[in-house]
Amino acid sequence: MKSSAEMISPEALPMAQSSQQAMNKEKTDRYQAGKSASFGRYLWPLLALTLLLLVNLFIDSSFFHLTYQDDRLYGSLIDILNRSAPVALLAIGMSLVIATGGIDLSVGAVMAIVGAVCANLLLIPDISLVTVILAGLIVGLAAGSINGALVSFLGIQPIVATLLLMVAGRGVAQLINQGQIITFQHEGFAAIGVGQFLGLPMPIWIVVGMLLLSQLLLRKTALGLFIEAVGCNAKASRYLGINDKSIKIFAYAIAGLCAALAGMISTADIQGSDANNIGLWLELDAILAVVIGGAALTGGRFSLVLSIIGALIIQTLATTIIVSGLPAKFNLLIKAIVILSVLLLQSEKFRRQLSGLFKLGIFNNAKAGDKK
Amino acid sequence: MKNFKLVSAFSLWAVSASCAFATTVGFSQVGSESGWRTSFSEAVKAEAKQRGIDLKFADAQQKQENQIKAVRSFIAQGVDAIIIAPVVETGWKPVLKEAKRARIPVVIVDRNINVDDDSLYLTRIATDFTEEGRKIGEWLMDKTQGNCDIAELQGTVGATAAIDRATGFNAVIANYPNAKIVRSQTGEFTRAKGKEVMEGFLKAQNGQALCAVWAHNDEMALGAVQAIKEAGLKPGKDILIVSVDGVPDYFKAMADGDANATVEYSPHMGGPAFDAIDAFIKGNKEQSKWVSTTGEVFTQETAAAEYEKRRLR
Repeated sequence: MKSSAEMISPEALPMAQSSQQAMNKEKTDRYQAGKSASFGRYLWPLLALTLLLLVNLFIDSSFFHLTYQDDRLYGSLIDILNRSAPVALLAIGMSLVIATGGIDLSVGAVMAIVGAVCANLLLIPDISLVTVILAGLIVGLAAGSINGALVSFLGIQPIVATLLLMVAGRGVAQLINQGQIITFQHEGFAAIGVGQFLGLPMPIWIVVGMLLLSQLLLRKTALGLFIEAVGCNAKASRYLGINDKSIKIFAYAIAGLCAALAGMISTADIQGSDANNIGLWLELDAILAVVIGGAALTGGRFSLVLSIIGALIIQTLATTIIVSGLPAKFNLLIKAIVILSVLLLQSEKFRRQLSGLFKLGIFNNAKAGDKK
Repeated sequence: MKNFKLVSAFSLWAVSASCAFATTVGFSQVGSESGWRTSFSEAVKAEAKQRGIDLKFADAQQKQENQIKAVRSFIAQGVDAIIIAPVVETGWKPVLKEAKRARIPVVIVDRNINVDDDSLYLTRIATDFTEEGRKIGEWLMDKTQGNCDIAELQGTVGATAAIDRATGFNAVIANYPNAKIVRSQTGEFTRAKGKEVMEGFLKAQNGQALCAVWAHNDEMALGAVQAIKEAGLKPGKDILIVSVDGVPDYFKAMADGDANATVEYSPHMGGPAFDAIDAFIKGNKEQSKWVSTTGEVFTQETAAAEYEKRRLR
């Protein structure tokens, strides 16, 4: 946050221009900005994830047990990776949108539309897999671009602009499906959700691919920097010559694309398009994943890797609840409590207060001991 | 308002067209929120046509105020009887009183209503969720001679269907000391969640065999079937699958041998409703206040034939 704020502040600009050397140094710093500014950013989410996994180990001693059967790895850890794929994909797109200072509530509904489009296309005999996937991706991109255009050109508040599609999108999907659950038999498409490659389920590879692609695109070019700049201060970045409108549209379009991939995975997983339920409330999980990853909702900072760790934390929690055998009515409460603790752990202020409390306690105890 | 005009225009035509003693029945439906609801509406319309009943259909689009408007217009038109599939339980007293004053019998179908005076309606036609749970529980205990480790996929937490189906099922297996629910979690009535939860169960069982999956609806059961297949087991053989609803996809799964049994949650509530109305017109004013339409248990034997029947519909 700090480094990117400095980069675009007017004071920093003449300095960067004055010396070529300084600029080069700045440049390397810039590319590091969202990557690994400090070890602490990675520490707490990773610690939370490890703790959750250890809790699982405590509940079920065979939790880390992996076996190889039917040409693929099989075990709870793989399940977590596999099941977290839709939220992880959404979180990649959501990171970008949030980094521009926006928010995208429509991704769950976009998943539903894409699922419905793909399922209905698959009912056409002899349709090629490439056509179906391309159609899905185009629908996602289009939905994202509409959101982006509403936000950047019409200047509608992001939460309102995407709320439109969140509400309407599920309706569109239901319309496409005519209120039914459309099921299909297509091995090629089903492979997106249940297939495997090199022993791992396909959704994991899709997330890895998307992560690598976007990481390359954002950190090896100036795009990531631009996105953070727009999120910090859209006006200032416009004066610096960044086209903030197209940057915003780009972020929303990528979010739409990610939602399309997530929608296809979820649809392929159950080999059917359930417009009422697919991706329901997943937009909130995606936002949560990004927040757990330490991004500021005000924009200006993002880390795709951390967002994915956030998604993994959410899914590990879901798996823990399933395995633990606690009554279902506690699910939401437990989720809230764990997430609150993760967020509190990440807050430096809270940690300081906590450690202050401990020190005070120890101090008082020692004093009490002295008096005796 | 649009509905009102439509209904009144339609009724003018209907009154002039059918003066020859055809029973006229007004039917206020919730709307078309799900596939099941659509087939419910279609079933009632088909039943009315078959019996030669002049049915006035009003779609309330999930709003009670539309339903009350529709019922008032039915009363104004002087229909012979009114069927209501209520959106919500409360707020029906005034309009039911109006109907009673006009001596028009009202039949409540599907969901319940909450009125302190049950003379306000003729009868209620509905499924007994507890009975559904009991029926499928008995089938499973029969099949396994009461020895069964069961994994339960619950419906949405707090839903009446989920609570009552579980109550019925649990009451049955309580009589069998060797039958117990070893895993239980909500699958939120959806296929995707049912699959995810079942995956978790299979891992958590860690090789200990499960004897059956009991899902509170067919969608979750279908998800569980996929999860079991992907774990390299045979659903329907290694792990029995039982649930409630009777959707076409589930009949297909049963026909393929992937699932074992279901209790149909019948959309055919029109028949009993029209029976009650006929009886009222013939002079039977006091009828029992609840007609249960709990469906039958369907198994693999008849599944293929039933699937063909349902798919054509």
